Amino acid sequence: MSGPNDKAVTRSLFALPTPEEPAGGNQPPAVPEPLADDATVDLAAERASAGVDEIIEALDRDLVGLRPVKTRINEIAALLLIDRVRTRFGLSAGPPSLHMSFTGNPGTGKTTVALRMARLLHRMGYLRRGRVVSVTRDDLVGQYVGHTAPKTKEVLNRAMGGVLFIDEAYYLYRADKERDYGQEAIEILLQYMENYRDDLVVIMAGYADRMETFFSSNPGMSSRVAHHLDFSRLLAGRARGHRRADAGRAALPAVTRGGIGVPRLPRLPDDPAAVRQRAQRPQRPRARPAAAREPADRDQRHPGQRRPHAPGTRRLPSQPRLQQLTGPRLLIALRRAGGIGAAAG
Amino acid sequence: MRITQGTFSYLPDLTDEEITSQLDYALGNGWALSVEFTDDPHPRNNYWDMWGLPMFGLADPAGALREINECREVYPDRYIRVSAYDARQGRQTVALSFLVNRPAQEPGFRLDRQEAADRRIRYTLHPYALDRPAGTRYGPLRGEREVVARERPE
Repeated sequence: MSGPNDKAVTRSLFALPTPEEPAGGNQPPAVPEPLADDATVDLAAERASAGVDEIIEALDRDLVGLRPVKTRINEIAALLLIDRVRTRFGLSAGPPSLHMSFTGNPGTGKTTVALRMARLLHRMGYLRRGRVVSVTRDDLVGQYVGHTAPKTKEVLNRAMGGVLFIDEAYYLYRADKERDYGQEAIEILLQYMENYRDDLVVIMAGYADRMETFFSSNPGMSSRVAHHLDFSRLLAGRARGHRRADAGRAALPAVTRGGIGVPRLPRLPDDPAAVRQRAQRPQRPRARPAAAREPADRDQRHPGQRRPHAPGTRRLPSQPRLQQLTGPRLLIALRRAGGIGAAAG
Repeated sequence: MRITQGTFSYLPDLTDEEITSQLDYALGNGWALSVEFTDDPHPRNNYWDMWGLPMFGLADPAGALREINECREVYPDRYIRVSAYDARQGRQTVALSFLVNRPAQEPGFRLDRQEAADRRIRYTLHPYALDRPAGTRYGPLRGEREVVARERPE
């Protein structure tokens, strides 16, 4: 706080940057005027005036893959559009619940989609600000008795009017620790999610399986989260195709801009497209360094040249295989290889 | 006697919508909001009690209005004000301060005259409410009211 220019920095200290936010994007959107009972509404024009298409097109362009997520966002946008028109006719029954859960592995674009979602909701008038406050357990849960409630409330006040993005939300609840303050934070969070529905949208993100455990142990939370977006179903073949298409461009907007999109490609053996692709690819011998070759592999390929290894050298499975081995199997492998197991017994 | 302190004090009491737009203006200028309350509204009393810590990093007035309403619920019979602090260097002062709650009855002030040397008169303001102990100056405490309600036969 050392000058007039630092004002913006101070104010957005805990907010995620939104570089593409248009000017005046943090201003409350205009309230649409009510309609008469017999009025007709052109939904396409309504959609165009809400500016939904721009955001969805940008999302489609900037993010690679994520087909189910995009479909879901489109559905949510359509639902909200109808709800907005209904409100103008005086038909709506209270603000819709917009709390969401984003599940998926790290790097699948949850934070980016949350930013886009905030902008979408702001554009459609469901949020007064398009800003996202990103927090983790540390920001919500206190360290001693009486510390949690003010801390959580402060964060929630800061997020009011926008999106509260809770990364790795399942850490809030720790089943193994009975006297954990996380439960207190969850209760305050629930209270806010219910009472300030038109002021605040909470998005919880994390690994799919852990989120499932979190929701099953907090039934109140799961009933208040209306939309579940799954980021894990990424088709490797399609993503790879997109990447190749992108590689021709000078700049990679999807990847370079702060880790947006899919920086790492997960290997999905079950994916039919990938399997087909692999089958069609001409097989050629892989050039691997000799040291990385597995002994069994080499023996099969050249049965005639099988030679005993020199006494004294230890034959261990290759490193990837070693990483897969656990517990007793690892011991057996080591014993076979003449490692520590053999020395010990 | 209606106490006039801070901005807008000659206007009728602000509604929640008006308070919200004032808070919005303050946040738009980058000022940090804080809520304070007191039962000693002497004009020279600078030390009001703080309702929580000042709220830094707010973007939307809804959070601040929530704090105001919580304070009103606990202290309905006290003066509550909102201060907006401008943290910029060269300013570093309260930029806007206005009352958002006042007791139902305000007994006001009396003028005390003190005879000093050479027949000089010193004047001072004395709030009538100050004669009662702190916490009970503008009506019973919330806790007391609850006790009274509980003791009532069913």
